[in-house]
Amino acid sequence: MSTDTTQIHNIGYRDYEGPRLGRAYARRSLFSQSLRGAYGLGRSAKSKVLPMLLLAVMCLPALIIVAVAVATDLNDLPLDYTRYAIVTQAVIALYLAAQAPQSVSRDLRFQSVPLYFSRPIERIDYVLAKYAAMTSALFVLTAAPVVILYIGSLLAKMDFTDQTKGFAQGLVSVALLSVLFAGIGLVLAALTPRRGFGVAAVIAVLTVSYGAVSTVQAIAGEQGSIDAVSWLGLFSPMTLIDGVQTAFLGASTAFPYGEGPSTGMGVIYLLVVLALVAGSYGALMRRYRKVGL
Amino acid sequence: MIATESLSKRFPRVTALDRLSVDIGPGVTGLVGANGAGKSTLIKILLGLSPATEGRASVLGLDVATHGGDIRERVGYMPEHDCLPPDVSATEFVVHMARMSGLPPTAARERTADTLRHVGLYEERYRPIGGYSTGMKQRVKLAQALVHDPQLVFLDEPTNGLDPVGRDDMLDLIRRVHTDFGISVLVTSHLLGELERTCDHVVVIDGGALLRSSSTSDFTQTMGTLAIEVTDTDTHPDGTRAVRDALAAAGVTLLGTPENAPPGLPGAGHILLIEATGEQTYDTVRDTVADLGLGLVRMEQRRHHIAEVFHPETAASTATAGSTAAAASQAPEVQVR
Repeated sequence: MSTDTTQIHNIGYRDYEGPRLGRAYARRSLFSQSLRGAYGLGRSAKSKVLPMLLLAVMCLPALIIVAVAVATDLNDLPLDYTRYAIVTQAVIALYLAAQAPQSVSRDLRFQSVPLYFSRPIERIDYVLAKYAAMTSALFVLTAAPVVILYIGSLLAKMDFTDQTKGFAQGLVSVALLSVLFAGIGLVLAALTPRRGFGVAAVIAVLTVSYGAVSTVQAIAGEQGSIDAVSWLGLFSPMTLIDGVQTAFLGASTAFPYGEGPSTGMGVIYLLVVLALVAGSYGALMRRYRKVGL
Repeated sequence: MIATESLSKRFPRVTALDRLSVDIGPGVTGLVGANGAGKSTLIKILLGLSPATEGRASVLGLDVATHGGDIRERVGYMPEHDCLPPDVSATEFVVHMARMSGLPPTAARERTADTLRHVGLYEERYRPIGGYSTGMKQRVKLAQALVHDPQLVFLDEPTNGLDPVGRDDMLDLIRRVHTDFGISVLVTSHLLGELERTCDHVVVIDGGALLRSSSTSDFTQTMGTLAIEVTDTDTHPDGTRAVRDALAAAGVTLLGTPENAPPGLPGAGHILLIEATGEQTYDTVRDTVADLGLGLVRMEQRRHHIAEVFHPETAASTATAGSTAAAASQAPEVQVR
């Protein structure tokens, strides 16, 4: 050995001898990267603005409600846990319209998809990771205010059993909403590599369908055909969720005259929701079969 | 490294691969074929992403039909088209791709830094890819294919869209992927000339069938032809003619003169083709030119070019002679790039 301690190291190519964690790890990595990306984490400062702003907007009414409830010593929350997402649905639609294309259109537009499929993961891993990430991102957005309401209700010393039950129902409801909306948003976004079209399509499908359905429902309600109101509710994602939670989760409906679907009708609602989720998954799998390499 | 056995891929309307049997060893192998010859289809099958209609193929000793995932863990792929998102930096992108290949987070970051340095990206690797030149983008594409230290990489048209300097850099880099990194390479191209420099072995496919598979030196064996170009001076207003006469007097066989040079050759009017019988021919040329007081502009060895494999005359004579090599040696010396 030379006694001279200064030497130039030739950093040539080094082989990688470490572990290769394989397909399941790659799928988890894609999930966490997509979930973080849905809130702009690990991306540019600019891409954090919108999702964080929408999250804040989503939570603000809950904070105000809690503040009022604690200050005025209310016995019950002025807004049900299950009703919160319906009231704030415009924010949810906006978030999904912004983030679903971000999650899938980019890979299609910049043709990065083949890079994924030339690695251990398969089409099903890609679709599952993206779907799960979008669902989780929506769940964070919709569950955060519900959690705030629950904490607030406990601070205001409302009835613990009632509130916990309502909170649990609220969480199940927003979980279902997240799965359904994520599926619809991703399918619409994955249809086009153009981000703008994706944004427009998601907003159109979510808000226009809700507007149309609730208008026609109102007309049908005027004419006293309650059955028609229930059937019409099947045609927009938000009224679907409304119907399911009215039938099974003790929610009060936003349908005209507060007449939600019956339990029997609720089963149909639930089946339609599940069919839509399965359909979204199938459509995504089909879509990516075409864009392999 | 790669072996296929009467591998066929048929689509409803076209046959992309037609009973292709080929054996590819370690080293740099060029896969040559015109557009639509079946190169990309072959890569897709070798990655285990598209089932073959019939026949078998194995990569690194693993069957592509049953071990696609294992193969893809140990193989890298650089696509022909753009595949980089413009709004992230090269570092972020390659780290993500390393993790997609199964590397743990810390290893992914270390390997990314190493690999980007090896392909020649330094400070710019922290900037968004959108601002990169085509050459830099190609390097990022190569880096993402190498980041998990594969045993074999598939490079699909890596010199596409590069200027001559960028092309040379990329070819040198591909050579180094094998010599320095110890990774075998399968590189596709429809530009035959560039593979001569890079590859140990060349596989030519056409219409999904194997046209030829042999080592690069077989393709480009020395023909013993020297091309010479000289300047004119006041004493010798026609330098080329003076050298020709002097060389003829010195007993050198003239193969081509400005008058009968093959058309289309650059500088055909000034280039003299002579037969090189050995080292001494070079000395003769040097002395002859010096004695005449002329300037020697060019003295270079002419080789066969792989392009000749695709020559119309070659194709015709392949059928009769049955050997592309024999046909290639008869084909006129024309460089097609």
